[in-house]
Amino acid sequence: MSTTTDVDLVDYDDAVARFDPVIGIEVHVELGTRTKMFDGAEQSFGEEPNTQITPTSLGLPGALPVVNGTAVEYAIRIGLALNCSIAQSCRFARKNYFYPDVPKNFQTSQYDEPIASEGFVDVELEDGTTFRVEIERAHMEEDAGKNTHVGGATGRIHGAEYSLVDYNRAGVPLVEIVTKPITGAGERAPEVARAYVQTLRDMFRALGVSEARMERGNVRADVNVSLRPTPADALGTRTETKNVNSFRSVERAVRYEISRQAAILDAGGTIVQETRHWHEDTGITTAGRVKSDAEDYRYFPEPDLVPIVPDRAWIEEIRAALPELPAARRRRLQGEWGYADAEMRDVVNAGAIELIEATVAAGASPAAARKWWMGELARTAKQQEVELADLPITPAQIGALQQLVDAGRINDKLARQVLEGVLAGEGDPEQVVVARGLEVVSDDGPLLEAIDAALAAQPDIAEKIRGGNLGPVGAIIGAVMKATRGQADAGRVRELVLERVSA
Amino acid sequence: MTDLTRMTAAELADRLTARDVTSVEATQAHLDRIAVVEPAVHAYLHVAADEALATAADVDARRAAGEDLHALAGVPIAVKDVVVTRGLPTTAGSRILEGWVPPYDATLVERIKAAGLPILGKTNMDEFAMGSSTEHSGYGNTHNPWDLERIPGGSGGGSAAAVAAYEAPLAIGTDTGGSIRQPAAVTGTVGVKPTYGSVSRYGLIALASSLDQAGPCTRTVLDSALLHELIGGHDPRDSTSLTDPATGYVAAAREGASGDLTGVKVGVIRELQGEGYQPGVLARFEESLTALRGAGAEVVEVSCPSFAYALAAYYLILPAEASSNLAKFDGMRFGLRVEPSEGPVTAERVMAATRGQGFGDEVKRRVILGTYALSAGYYDAYYGSAQKVRTLIQRDFDAAFGAADVLVSPTAPTTAFKLGEKLDDPLAMYLNDVATIPANLAGIPGMSLPNGLSDDGLPVGFQILAPARADARLYRVGAALEALLETSWEGPLLGRAPELAGGAA
Amino acid sequence: MSTLSRDEVARVAALARIDLTPAELDRLAGELDVIVESVARVSEVATPDVPATSHPLPLTNVFRADEPVAPLDRDEVLAQAPAARDGKFLVPQILGEE
Repeated sequence: MSTTTDVDLVDYDDAVARFDPVIGIEVHVELGTRTKMFDGAEQSFGEEPNTQITPTSLGLPGALPVVNGTAVEYAIRIGLALNCSIAQSCRFARKNYFYPDVPKNFQTSQYDEPIASEGFVDVELEDGTTFRVEIERAHMEEDAGKNTHVGGATGRIHGAEYSLVDYNRAGVPLVEIVTKPITGAGERAPEVARAYVQTLRDMFRALGVSEARMERGNVRADVNVSLRPTPADALGTRTETKNVNSFRSVERAVRYEISRQAAILDAGGTIVQETRHWHEDTGITTAGRVKSDAEDYRYFPEPDLVPIVPDRAWIEEIRAALPELPAARRRRLQGEWGYADAEMRDVVNAGAIELIEATVAAGASPAAARKWWMGELARTAKQQEVELADLPITPAQIGALQQLVDAGRINDKLARQVLEGVLAGEGDPEQVVVARGLEVVSDDGPLLEAIDAALAAQPDIAEKIRGGNLGPVGAIIGAVMKATRGQADAGRVRELVLERVSA
Repeated sequence: MTDLTRMTAAELADRLTARDVTSVEATQAHLDRIAVVEPAVHAYLHVAADEALATAADVDARRAAGEDLHALAGVPIAVKDVVVTRGLPTTAGSRILEGWVPPYDATLVERIKAAGLPILGKTNMDEFAMGSSTEHSGYGNTHNPWDLERIPGGSGGGSAAAVAAYEAPLAIGTDTGGSIRQPAAVTGTVGVKPTYGSVSRYGLIALASSLDQAGPCTRTVLDSALLHELIGGHDPRDSTSLTDPATGYVAAAREGASGDLTGVKVGVIRELQGEGYQPGVLARFEESLTALRGAGAEVVEVSCPSFAYALAAYYLILPAEASSNLAKFDGMRFGLRVEPSEGPVTAERVMAATRGQGFGDEVKRRVILGTYALSAGYYDAYYGSAQKVRTLIQRDFDAAFGAADVLVSPTAPTTAFKLGEKLDDPLAMYLNDVATIPANLAGIPGMSLPNGLSDDGLPVGFQILAPARADARLYRVGAALEALLETSWEGPLLGRAPELAGGAA
Repeated sequence: MSTLSRDEVARVAALARIDLTPAELDRLAGELDVIVESVARVSEVATPDVPATSHPLPLTNVFRADEPVAPLDRDEVLAQAPAARDGKFLVPQILGEE
């Protein structure tokens, strides 16, 4: 459990100037089926320990697995969305290794016959460019249980430390997606890694195959990193950093490994092919325990399961029913909304697509929706250090607010006050308008009184206007707005002023 | 009053249906018999007297109330200890599972319970069904009722001995390489290994998943047919379960009992006779062929050259699958936990200590052999090659069944050998299964029925094999041969077995 | 075909998580060597043109509907465990755990 930081690191820019990084990413996603991969135990997050177990998911003697058909369909959805070919025939194998959280002491997993292989996914980077990541394979397998390590409180050496095992997660369906070596990303490798995992996360959600909540471990990434002197050289020795579970960590872990490996290579050392652990707190990786038999998994075809031969018509049915994927959706919405590339990119990076889409659906124009979310609200979110979506205001409220503006009942300045009221929890825009008395003065009577007063107060300006010089009319309007505490429609005031002086 | 333990299951079922006897009486009669002969035979690891009598009383009450019951309702049965039974200890003959009480029932046990058969208890077996003599049980030997100094066969020696010693009219066995058929042969009883997938494997403690199959152990062919129909049929909890209905076996047995086999072609497997087979075994085999010819069957010879590699393939596939199936016995979730005698107590070391102490010699031998066969660098040469031999054996069977409706051979090369005789020579022990293993590798059904006594006065078994899913043929041909032989013997072969101490006649 | 040395048996026994006494190791090494030599014959006929058979009967596409079944009773299951605490299985410390 060493978390020492006294490791030599090469400055990142230097590292990528001297070496060409190659990365590979394995993403595990827990499928959101009702039941587990091979038995009818229910799976849901946060239940009491060991309450979601059957003889099969607990690996009791005599129990047998049966494949969850919905999990297979989800895996095919993922495969198709990744532009993979779906196997004519595939099967499960047993990966044999002893570990207390693996109830059978083997994991049932697809080994040499994955359900999907040879695909790609286009990943959009923050500057709007696209990077294509080639997919090696996507295969089905089952999750393990969870160990909780309990330290020895008594201080005795033997028997003082133990682990508690909860098998609720054991047998939860997983799809593992493995990339081919990702080359050509250069110094942007960490960003590509992050964007790739994020793209998959968005895809899983769009496909409806997983809630894909990173914080719950629904999506977990293992990142492989190797360095070579130039892109013309053979691939270097790689390390695999396991269980990197947030977008930011994926980027940091790749970055860290590049700097660490560069330091070793610079010093004339060699990289050890090994599994490494990511430490979220310190932002470093450390070597995992080397197990002598770690690589001898004694795979063989799972005799308790029969091959899966997906019917071609079924695959086409699944393909036809695939929902619109995030990238295609972005392209469609950009066209519908008429945003410029840069505008759309900002919207995407701000995570505001769904918010704007819902705001437009609530009656606002795309331009108005963007103005609110990317302007006033983006500033507020930044100040409060929260995500846009977490602001206490809904797209429906923004839609209603904009409708008040469009109807002329409030002006832009008042609208900002209404927004402030909604964010402060004072209710819907309509309620805030009424409660704060913010509606524009639409009756001409009080306006005319205010205009007359302003003209009388500034006779020389009144004279200039009467003389045909409309330049100073703004001063009168300003005075009127001030007198009405902003609740006047400035356009109407201007009309009335001109009527008054020409009378 | 007639001894209820001497009846066949079919006879007992008829008497129960006619309300001549009650299930409580029948069950108690068997429990009494068990009490008398168990000290000598040791067929059972656990006798569930209270539960069995409770089931019997319930069935009697339901019958009295006029309820429509299964044909075998009230007929007691013994279950091999490799089958999980909710609420009854299940050890698979291993110390590593001592005291384990499963929280669920195997599918076949569910069916037995639903049909109202009182479960008398769990029968002894070689540990995890690894063996041909029941000497590898973690709980002592079972003795052959024909000669208590001899083995009852294995792995299901307990089920076969229980049936042979009238301790149960019916028993459940499992057959991975002959564990139903070989014990049947050496105890003078009937045993059937159904087509792979005919009986659900859900709840059988797996030995080799692609070979295991549960089936009936009885004293008559008809009783096996009755029990096969009860436990067979599709089970959605077993991915390898066939969707075929388990019907037609009883009808086939009744048809065969007429003794007419006109038009049936019987293929004699050239490779399963001759060298290594006891003369008395071969003599009885020839007599049985003569009987079949007499019943109108045409006897032809077929050749299965790849059978020469069956034993080798079997002893790679079985250990490989077993090494993985038995990995779960690690002292973490159930069963025995042993701490290492010295050094740190880690999960890894506790697993190794538990398995080192909890597994017997034969299990260790096969698990290590299987681990080795799957280990990096050896897979293709061993497990991969064995799977190819399997293909060759299936092809041999396909060709043979093109020439014959059923195939026949002696079930085992010898009669029951003495306890301890082959314990130190694993390869010699493995040779007992040479004739039964090919059926498991190919997934086809097989039956053993008694066809006489060898020169040593011990029973000999006759094996009948049929194509996959054609289990009914076994029952037709088997019932015919049984009828012909029993006519010539003037009664069942078991009638010639010596009386056991205290046994009623 | 290679023969099975005592060291090899020790390595495989460790892989299979089975403690063996030195005496057991001696005996098993001898026995397994004979058995391995005997079963190695399979490679004589396992030519490349022969496909492997992993299942005796060729079934495909056996799927289960995604419908829950009743779970096991936790107390019943934990009562059968060698050790349990707080609704979980208690196991000895796991080396290499974080």
